[in-house]
Amino acid sequence: MPLGGVLFITVFIALFGAFLLWFAAKVGAKPTYRDPVKFEPYECGIPSVEKKDTKINVKFYLTAILFILFDIEIIFMYPWATTFRDSIATGNGAFVFGSMLIFLAIFIFGLFWEIKSKALEWD
Amino acid sequence: MGHDIFEITVNGIKLVLIFLLMVQAVPMLVWLERRGSAFIQNRFGPNRVGPLGLLQLGADAIKFLTKENFVPTSAKKALFYAAPVFALIPGAVAFSAIPMATPVYIEAFEMFGQNWGPYRFLVQGYEIGVGIVFILGVSSLAAYTILMAGWGSGNKFSLMGALRASAQTISYELALGLSIVGVIMMFGTFNLTEMINAQQGPLTFKWMEYTVTANWLPNWGIFFQPLGALLFFTATFAESNRLPFDLAEGESELVAGFHTEYGGFKMNLFFIGEYAHMMIASGLMTVFFFGGYSIPYFSVADVQAWALSVTQSEMSASILSALLHFLSFNIKFGFFLWTFIWVRWTLPRFRYDQLMDLGWKTMLPWALANTIITAFIIYFATI
Repeated sequence: MPLGGVLFITVFIALFGAFLLWFAAKVGAKPTYRDPVKFEPYECGIPSVEKKDTKINVKFYLTAILFILFDIEIIFMYPWATTFRDSIATGNGAFVFGSMLIFLAIFIFGLFWEIKSKALEWD
Repeated sequence: MGHDIFEITVNGIKLVLIFLLMVQAVPMLVWLERRGSAFIQNRFGPNRVGPLGLLQLGADAIKFLTKENFVPTSAKKALFYAAPVFALIPGAVAFSAIPMATPVYIEAFEMFGQNWGPYRFLVQGYEIGVGIVFILGVSSLAAYTILMAGWGSGNKFSLMGALRASAQTISYELALGLSIVGVIMMFGTFNLTEMINAQQGPLTFKWMEYTVTANWLPNWGIFFQPLGALLFFTATFAESNRLPFDLAEGESELVAGFHTEYGGFKMNLFFIGEYAHMMIASGLMTVFFFGGYSIPYFSVADVQAWALSVTQSEMSASILSALLHFLSFNIKFGFFLWTFIWVRWTLPRFRYDQLMDLGWKTMLPWALANTIITAFIIYFATI
């Protein structure tokens, strides 16, 4: 049962990492010089002028949406790919192959439409 | 994890050992990287601390530990601390699913006045039926740790770096996922051990009723999927944020990307996560395209028969063959790790729009073409 192993190593690493961070914080140098400026977020040595969580390019959002669409399409190919040889052996090859070609045609159409509509232009 | 307490304990220790091996490989790789870069750039590299600069690793670790624990006031504390810890998890969990040698067989024995049945231990953390899907799924969780770090730092450089890094990782995941559809089609399985078993013996091409055998070459996946191998290896560079795709860091415009506010040991944990991704990539390259743990020219069965004839005991024979295969795996694995370092010091960095163009407009169509060509060849060759 691999699930037990996965859970075990996940919990172990989380505890191990947390221990390391705690240990490093305990052993590490203690701050001798406390100035509020020191604890400001880094901004090239000048006072922060801009709000920190603002102005995110909408391209990132678009990329993420397109990623989800394409990734799901790719995941659909996986079970097809595992059974492809078996289907040919059992005589269903033409049907399985043909239907995947239609699916791929839609995939390719989508990809080129996306490129043509300039959804992937970065400047 | 097992049927009785002995098996569960051994499996647990094995998992922890794999994780610790990965962690301790990181300083060695860092040393190799610094010496290798010095070699490539015709300079000395670290050569003062200890012989060949080997003690530099210990010195670095002490330095990391003694750094002040710094948290900026604008940071979201929980996310800021959790991100480096979570960065360790995906790499190790995914790597544990890669088979590294043939299983070890332990005979029945008596301990604590009790009989313990015969055992068969795999030289991998756990065997998962849908190996590839699991590894791809888990290792892509690293995008979340990057976003956690970027958002939790409360710094606009961190946030921008994290967004860039995650956009880059997810874009190349498409090419990565699509480039191995050909591999899955060829082997007809998700299971990594079955893939390794399918890559044994001399190179054999089957086309219609003809069979061509090349005795001087092993039956490795790279000869069937050269384009897939190239696309896969390139995409893993982007996945692990290595040069020439390390736009996540981009010192010249983003200070240090998502780990701008991290220092000392927290930064070190991110580093371990990045190297863990390199190790997964190298391990998968080995398994998909270079025969995994099998030794070229000798099939696994040959080696096991030879080991049995030498040791005369099934248990020692399985241990000997596991050791030999582990060595073979590590040679291939080490070669790919070195290739990561080699490429880093050979190629210049991309610009961000070039990076996205390469991922979406070049590698994705080529991976699609590879899938279609493979499908056609398999269909017409076996019909």
